[in-house]
Amino acid sequence: MPRISFIESIRQAQYEELARDPKVFLMGEDLVANVFGTTTGLIEEFGTDRIRDTPLSENGFVGAAAGASMVGARPIVDLTITSFVYVAMDQVCSIIAKSKYIYGGQVKLPLVLRMCMFYGNSNAAQHSDRNYPMFMGMPGLKIIIPSTPYDMKGLLKTAIRDDDPVMSFEDGTLWSQKGEVPEGDDHLIPMGVADIKREGTDATVVAVAGGVPLALKAAEELSKEGFSIEVVDPRTLVPLDRDTIINSVSKTGRVVVVDPAHQSCSAASEISAIIAEEAFESLKAPILRVTTPDTHLPFFPNGEKALLPSKDRIVSALKRLLN
Amino acid sequence: MDNLTLEQYYEGYLRMLRIRKFEMRAEENHSKGEIPGALHTSLGQEAEVVGACMALEDDDYMVGNHRSHGHPIGKNADMKPLMAELYARKTGICGGKGGSMHLSDFSIGSLGETSIVGSGLPVAVGAALGSNMLNEGKVTLCFFGDGASNEGAFHEALNLAAIWNLPVVFLCENNGWAVSMPASKAVSVENIADRAVAYSMRSELVTDGQDFESVYMATKRAVDAARAGEGPTLVEVKTYRFAEHAVNMGRMLVDRGEELEGWLKRDPVEILRTKIAEMVGNETRLEEIEDQVEKEIEDALEFAKQSDYPDVADAFDDVYSERVSDFYGLS
Ligand SMILES: Cc1ncc(C[n+]2csc(CCOP(=O)(O)OP(=O)(O)O)c2C)c(N)n1
Repeated sequence: MPRISFIESIRQAQYEELARDPKVFLMGEDLVANVFGTTTGLIEEFGTDRIRDTPLSENGFVGAAAGASMVGARPIVDLTITSFVYVAMDQVCSIIAKSKYIYGGQVKLPLVLRMCMFYGNSNAAQHSDRNYPMFMGMPGLKIIIPSTPYDMKGLLKTAIRDDDPVMSFEDGTLWSQKGEVPEGDDHLIPMGVADIKREGTDATVVAVAGGVPLALKAAEELSKEGFSIEVVDPRTLVPLDRDTIINSVSKTGRVVVVDPAHQSCSAASEISAIIAEEAFESLKAPILRVTTPDTHLPFFPNGEKALLPSKDRIVSALKRLLN
Repeated sequence: MDNLTLEQYYEGYLRMLRIRKFEMRAEENHSKGEIPGALHTSLGQEAEVVGACMALEDDDYMVGNHRSHGHPIGKNADMKPLMAELYARKTGICGGKGGSMHLSDFSIGSLGETSIVGSGLPVAVGAALGSNMLNEGKVTLCFFGDGASNEGAFHEALNLAAIWNLPVVFLCENNGWAVSMPASKAVSVENIADRAVAYSMRSELVTDGQDFESVYMATKRAVDAARAGEGPTLVEVKTYRFAEHAVNMGRMLVDRGEELEGWLKRDPVEILRTKIAEMVGNETRLEEIEDQVEKEIEDALEFAKQSDYPDVADAFDDVYSERVSDFYGLS
């Protein structure tokens, strides 16, 4: 299998799906200029109608994606950075999330909203949001949040083929990460199926997005001290694979939930609540969350680094449970 | 462009009368407590709605807003599922999930009647874009109010439609008011149609929106241009809503006094009826149409009242392609 980067896995997924289905098209800002590298070679192959540069009109073109999907097209919208979705909140929450429902199932909206979580690199608070938890509270949207090039490609291809609106949260801290990824049409990963990234018996770490490689490093470090840590990556937050999480916690009896989002109402909070409700009897210790505290990420690098989840914070949380 | 045929006048009268009687009976039965929620009627705006809809082909697209009852009737939808929706029944056009602000019938080309003011405009742009990309040759008509023309979505949508030269007709139903806010205080220009200049867009101003033919002609020019690949048009129609913003919104918000009295004298349904009667010299067919509409409304009411309410479990359908309860493995 070829080894490719996270960014390249996005490009390949888009390329293959554009080639497979003429109804698929891509729109967003500065795509032709290929600012992030996710459209390399796409313009030459598919032209500027299907790789469509938009003006700065997020509410307008996100809404246009909704309208186009209602008449049978399958748009992928590249919103570039997660914060820009706020400008389009009306269309995301009132049109995209609710149209199928409010019209009693008369319509479907097969579209994908892609956006990058651009944190961890001194871009300051307005450009660093990890805002997927907001959308977990909005029924009607599916959420993919992959942590490896393999998952990214497989889930994005599935998302493009899905008949419901899907938000793809792409972690910028993983962009250059490389991994083995199959080429071609068959690499599809179903939504709502978690992946056990490392098996273990003493404690579970449920981690999302950039939290996953940190959790794996923490598990590796603790293995040297004789602890066996299981790392579960839900890969999609809506739908959420509750069973895999609960089964793992039932087995280990200890759990840390790692989530780069702000702590209050984070994905970690929801996962912790599910564990408390469904697996309370198996717990030998409290559930711990490793998240970003409820302050903004500052520009100053030492501050930003200290606030985000890290291998060391995960190790110390695990040690609290294991001792 | 050719003048309207007598048949088109009759068809216009039929659809306008359907709206009139549908709204009157809905209001009446709402006041008896038969219909939950608020009720936004199109009374007074019948000529504007039907004139615009009749300028479309049957399979053209249409996007509407919270004042949603007239639009589907204007585009010739079956009134039974519309009435049943007001009654919150399972057989309603939205299965009882939408109600008065969302009478959208996708089988007649509707792509939503959306109640967040201004939110339909970008959707209409997307429908036109999609239709172009899929080579469907369809035109999209987008209804919105004077109030909506002040939303940011209006600006983004018109600019996108203009730069992409899309087959959209933006039809502003200027009924003078946005709840309690008069357009004269809220809109910076005298005519909303003037805003088209900012987008290098064609515009049409219909000063007499109570006249079915004027609305039809202006909209038809816009639809023809759109279909010929000449891009979008902003059409403004001056009209008036005869009723409150919505029934069941608490107390009457504004006393429109003499202004309302003046407009009530220019009833669009009466104007068209008189015009046809003068053209043909008798009212025989007009009376037949009236009988037909009476019966259709009675049938719609009976259909609605005899239908069941949805089950609570139906609240979990249509969120996703999969049922939510299955989705999470819940029973
Ligand atoms: C974004 C938004 N703001 C406020 C409201 C509350 N609201 C509903 S209808 C309405 C007035 C709309 O006026 P206009 O667009 O002129 O349409 P009309 O009701 O006059 O037909 C308002 C303020 C809303 N539904 N959506």
